[in-house]
Amino acid sequence: MDQRAAANPEAADVERVFRIVYGQAVATLVRVFGDIALAEDAVQDAFVLALDRWRGAGIPPNPAGWIVTTARNRAIDSFRRSERGRELLEQFGGVAIPPRRPDDDWEAGGRVRDDQLRLIFTCCHPALRSEHQVALTLRLLGGLHADEVARSFLVSESTMAKRLVRAKYKIKAAKIPYRVPAKPDLPKRLRSVLSVVYLIYNTGADDPERASLRSDALRLARTLAELMPDEPEVAGLLALILLSESRMRARISEGNLVLLRDQDRTQWDRTLIDEGHTIVRACIRRNEPGPFQLQAAIQAVHCAAESFEATDWRRIVTLYNHLFAVTPTPVVALNRAIAFGETEGPGPALTAIDAIAPDLENYHLMHAARGTMLRRLGERDAARAAFERALHLAPTDAERRFLTKQVEELA
Amino acid sequence: MTQYLLSTYAVEGEVSGGPRPPEEMLDFMERVIALEAEMDASGSFVFGGALHGPDAATVLRAGEGDVVMTDGPFVESKEHIAGFYIINADDLDAALTWAGKVVAALRHPIEVRPFRATGRVKDSMPPGA
Repeated sequence: MDQRAAANPEAADVERVFRIVYGQAVATLVRVFGDIALAEDAVQDAFVLALDRWRGAGIPPNPAGWIVTTARNRAIDSFRRSERGRELLEQFGGVAIPPRRPDDDWEAGGRVRDDQLRLIFTCCHPALRSEHQVALTLRLLGGLHADEVARSFLVSESTMAKRLVRAKYKIKAAKIPYRVPAKPDLPKRLRSVLSVVYLIYNTGADDPERASLRSDALRLARTLAELMPDEPEVAGLLALILLSESRMRARISEGNLVLLRDQDRTQWDRTLIDEGHTIVRACIRRNEPGPFQLQAAIQAVHCAAESFEATDWRRIVTLYNHLFAVTPTPVVALNRAIAFGETEGPGPALTAIDAIAPDLENYHLMHAARGTMLRRLGERDAARAAFERALHLAPTDAERRFLTKQVEELA
Repeated sequence: MTQYLLSTYAVEGEVSGGPRPPEEMLDFMERVIALEAEMDASGSFVFGGALHGPDAATVLRAGEGDVVMTDGPFVESKEHIAGFYIINADDLDAALTWAGKVVAALRHPIEVRPFRATGRVKDSMPPGA
């Protein structure tokens, strides 16, 4: 798509608008038609028409409105023309068919936001498996093409198409509602939405080949923050992604991973850090901590430090204690143990890591952390063995290159 | 309104229809009776039942010119359907809320599946077909 865009700047503009309005238009039409596949088909039809019209007449002032109205009217027309549509009209007198609207009739912004919010909760419904939640979110809310979603998850286009069809089938057949969950269910359901977006970010962060997922996740997090300005955990997720993203430029050098300790901090993105810090400060004032806000606060401490040595590690250990209290997972315990390494030294850190090692036997970062502590303790053979194990389990090329170097240096 | 099948699964070797201590049985019955009364009160209960074990099952298949019969369940496995409810619910969230209550009362895993159609096939045919 980028090549196409470069060859024809006007098409690039249209393409960019499509990506932004796709989710909004689909969300609104899902409310109108009650069906995702129908809504998507209608939006695709409208895009084809727009590509033709907008090139001559220019992009209209409210492209999303134009797309929704056009998609809606065309879908209604084609429904009326179809045999099945005529049958239903005869049978039921057209109860299910909304009236056609004039082309300039675009709904108020608030309504559109509600439509998007509802669709987010549908896409991330816990009755859908995680990879389907992610695929639907990227396609329907991120506006990615199905082939782009497929590339992001290293599966073929046909596999991804099947995955999307299956997820949409379940939503329809099982009647997963288009609804923002009621208050008692909201925190749990919101966590599921936030986890999907964070998973998308981390998939992009762990693998340079899929780096574009990072900007997709940041865009989604910004959308969520606009849609739910009163949810502190949504703000926490946005801050977490901003602060992680601020260090990305320094994290990869010539395709190789650079540890936090060795990063050139002048390369960190101050604009993103400032934005992240502002959000974290607002969260602290609000004082309703949750897992994403705590993770953001930890990143905020790292980003505020002028050097690795100047990092406020005690504060980080305290924050990990709070995080472990709300999400007592072995991975949180591992990260806390790594921070221990800076406050208490490698010995106590190794003891803490060994306590959780059985739960993380297949997690490469546990073995890498063990290797690091063992090396600091001067146990080179044991350290090499740990890094070898990490290398064996590492999922990406960048991590394998990094771990290979550690093993070689200890030989 | 959609109808959903809530199948309760039993795992071989774990408590199912086997004998239990009387006080535990009484507790169990009280939980289930309260749950079913709640389903009735909201108009959600359609039908429900507990099944005999898989040893009581017989499978029939269309063979060549004849129907072939075998003793035992269709799928030999450690898990089998021990009973089910059919409920009315507005959407999956409502069905899942009921399923959660069934799990709490029965303490068996539940599979929730929507019906594509219910009742007699002739009733869902379009007029004139």
